[in-house]
Amino acid sequence: MLFGFFLMLLMRWQISKPGVPIPVFGPLLEKVLGQAAANGALSPDLYNSFGAMHGTIMVFLAVVPLAFVAFSNFVLPLQIGAPDMAFPRLNMASYQAFVIGGVIMLTSFFIPGGAAQAGWTSYSPLATMIPTDGQIFWLAGMVFIITSGLLSAVNFIATVIQLRTPGMTWMRLPFFVWAQFVTSFLILLAFPPLEAAAVMQLMDKVAHTSFFLPTGLAVGGQLANVSGGGSPLLWQHLFWFLGHPEVYVLILPAMGIVCEIIANNTRKPIWGYKSLVYSALAIGFLSFLVWAHHMYLTGMGTKVAVFFQTTTMIISIPSVIILTCFFISLWGSSIRFNTPMLFALAFLPMFGIGGLTGLPLGFNISDVHLHDTYYIIAHFHYVVAPGTIFALFAGIYYWFPKMTGRMMNEFWGRVHFWGSLIFMNVIFMPMFAQGMAGMLRRMADGGANYSAAVNSRAGADVIGGLSNNIMELHTWILWGACVLGLVQIPFIINLFWSIKHGKKVGDNPWDATTLEWQTATPPPHTNFPVAPRVYRGPYEYSVPGHDKDFTPQNEPPK
Amino acid sequence: MNNSMTMNDGRAPEPAHSVRGYIFVFIALLAGTFLTVWASFIQFGSREINIAVALAIASVKAFLVVAYFMHLISERKMIYCVMGFTAFFFAGLMGLTIWSLSPNSLVHMPHVP
Amino acid sequence: MDFPYIVEPRRDTGLYNAKLGIWLFLASEVMLFGALFSAYVLLRVGAEPGMWPHGWLNVYIGTANTIVLITSSITTVMAWVSCKLRQYGRFKFFHALTILLAMTFVCIKSYEYHDKFTHYEITLANGKFADGHLVERSKDFDLAKKTGRVTIHGHEVEHEVELMDMQRPEARHIQREELTIPATDIKKMERYGPWHHTYLAIYFTLTALHAFHVICGALVIGFLWGPGSRMWKTDPERFTNRVEVSGLFWHFVDLIWIFLFPVLYLL
Repeated sequence: MLFGFFLMLLMRWQISKPGVPIPVFGPLLEKVLGQAAANGALSPDLYNSFGAMHGTIMVFLAVVPLAFVAFSNFVLPLQIGAPDMAFPRLNMASYQAFVIGGVIMLTSFFIPGGAAQAGWTSYSPLATMIPTDGQIFWLAGMVFIITSGLLSAVNFIATVIQLRTPGMTWMRLPFFVWAQFVTSFLILLAFPPLEAAAVMQLMDKVAHTSFFLPTGLAVGGQLANVSGGGSPLLWQHLFWFLGHPEVYVLILPAMGIVCEIIANNTRKPIWGYKSLVYSALAIGFLSFLVWAHHMYLTGMGTKVAVFFQTTTMIISIPSVIILTCFFISLWGSSIRFNTPMLFALAFLPMFGIGGLTGLPLGFNISDVHLHDTYYIIAHFHYVVAPGTIFALFAGIYYWFPKMTGRMMNEFWGRVHFWGSLIFMNVIFMPMFAQGMAGMLRRMADGGANYSAAVNSRAGADVIGGLSNNIMELHTWILWGACVLGLVQIPFIINLFWSIKHGKKVGDNPWDATTLEWQTATPPPHTNFPVAPRVYRGPYEYSVPGHDKDFTPQNEPPK
Repeated sequence: MNNSMTMNDGRAPEPAHSVRGYIFVFIALLAGTFLTVWASFIQFGSREINIAVALAIASVKAFLVVAYFMHLISERKMIYCVMGFTAFFFAGLMGLTIWSLSPNSLVHMPHVP
Repeated sequence: MDFPYIVEPRRDTGLYNAKLGIWLFLASEVMLFGALFSAYVLLRVGAEPGMWPHGWLNVYIGTANTIVLITSSITTVMAWVSCKLRQYGRFKFFHALTILLAMTFVCIKSYEYHDKFTHYEITLANGKFADGHLVERSKDFDLAKKTGRVTIHGHEVEHEVELMDMQRPEARHIQREELTIPATDIKKMERYGPWHHTYLAIYFTLTALHAFHVICGALVIGFLWGPGSRMWKTDPERFTNRVEVSGLFWHFVDLIWIFLFPVLYLL
């Protein structure tokens, strides 16, 4: 994840100061990458490849493995009282596939011609027609990463279905488990079409087939030597068939984590457990039916657009229900403002902003104006960066004592929190304005040429060119990004330092009810010495008539 | 060939009863194969009918394999749920993609000289 | 703590772990092949009228392969039944048959691939097309330098569209003979590989992916037949479950072919 962040920093410099050499890292880049980074500044091709790889790395090599695989692997078997994952060897295979995929992706930076350049969405025909080999590495890496995801998904689903401990009925599962369960189904059923599409694009590149290349394709003014007959839109459909469920893969585990932390730190049961569960199931189901809202500008007919618009609007309802349940859970509670809770609380409005700004994008009419602009970048970064990543930070601070028996430092946790919160907003809030003013994505010079072209065609005052105010925002964003990076340093130091020197705590330092806190720290080989028996739901906090303000799930009734 | 009633709660049926059943299915599958090939040589008038016939026979063969060779007919709700959702989403992928790319539903841009 | 439900099924789901696992995996495979079938439909529907091939694949060979796979399905089931009835010898026999049938399938497929890779479509300088299997190339044949000649066993047509529908009644009467074409008359010469037409692209991709699954399945079954069969002595019930799980995968491979065959060969 840090590498992805670093790539973004390099790109930001180029955007605000096109052509100016990057300090410190510029000459280093030039040495490693040669002509692509001539004079220490990013060439447009290099900018594009950084953009594509930033997206790919963050989504597939950082957030999914962390939010879905890593947290599930540690927390999920504990929370359902299972001795281990259902298929331990499959788990290992999944990890190894992930490593291979990751290595392939990262080495692609160093081959001649560099990494993939066609965006994380890798649209044909561009992806196939760029004459370098970075795309082949990207596709090969994706096949391994997807396989890794599939194996993990099989493992999690089987574990949740089969290995729940006696008494752990479906409606007593912590919401985190439900969220990961639905996420696993999304991965299981939505990833394979992308794998098929990746194989087809690989065939296009290596075997010169024309799955996605239309008849009459001309490259550089010359007719391409391919059979034609293919369809670029086919790639888009197959990609977004995964692409949309993928975004729910990114957010559902985060919602699960936030739920656990909110319940724990409000000392109250979560409001609307059943609504949460049904909403998560609804999101999972509907997410397969909305994908073409990423494709409104491809010339689809009105009936088709209306269908996808309708399903997109419907899917916003369960998301709002989930967020509302969390907000209502805060009402009348005694909130403990520790670091995980701060992140979880911040998740709520940040995800709210991200989600609400998605509404104009769901409507065909408004999306026509906003598609592929910085508005989109702001929207999805709000949901993923101050959204998912905050939830991941919260989860790390929260479950750290279970893994290590020590707490992370509270003061530096707060520094990390406030810094991240403020500067994430500094970075992404201005982008809404930029996008609405018409600044497009993926422009290596930060829109200077585009703006000049529009202005020269229509006159300097006409709406369409980008005003100086808009362009100046780039500099704010750049410095915001740098400070955001700096603020992560205390977090990393805190993480490693606390493993050895953090404050020692017992097995259940947060006084939590779920099963993972009812076993030793770190959990022994089969997680529980004896299989726990579950008698009650997951959020029995402040139950009237009990002497403690929490009742663990495996405590027998009196 | 009593595959759906089991005495050992949820397990596949005792094999001794079912061998005859499997042989039946095997012969049915072979017959289906020959039928498909024969039907493909018949001119039904339009290509669409040939396609429909071939896919119908293939679906019957597929059902036989899944239900009897893969014992799906004697499995419980859990597996049905999983495969049911899969079938639905598979149909969605196919159907929606084809619908949105079919020539009638695409927007036609006027030719700009 | 003993690891639950490896052998005995869990009461409410009726499944042991591995069976659930393999069905989940098969669900993902349905989506994988489903995407490829969607691609097939789209490419075919989007092709120009008359330019989608029919009858480019040998139906008799395809039927033979279908019978091979269906037979391998029944032998797989019988192998599992033998395990359930604790008849080790018969289990070995049936699974050996399954592996042999799998290898037969792959051999037949390889022959078909070879047939396609030796089939050429030649665009002639006069605008016509020659199409057939390669008999021989003269030693000095070089298309770039326009030297030498090539001999194919095939026929010549006026328009490329006549090469598409080989199922039409007239196609049965095509006379194929040996044609020798000098390199100077050749504008372009292309094999029937995946790059030649999107139909071949999807054919090769679908069948190669399917064959990959056949090979992997055969390897797993081979492992259970060979080194894996040691578990029979220590835990026959668990071994039987493994045979069942590998059988489920194998039936799925057969299932895919049941759809591939009519779609690619017959329609």
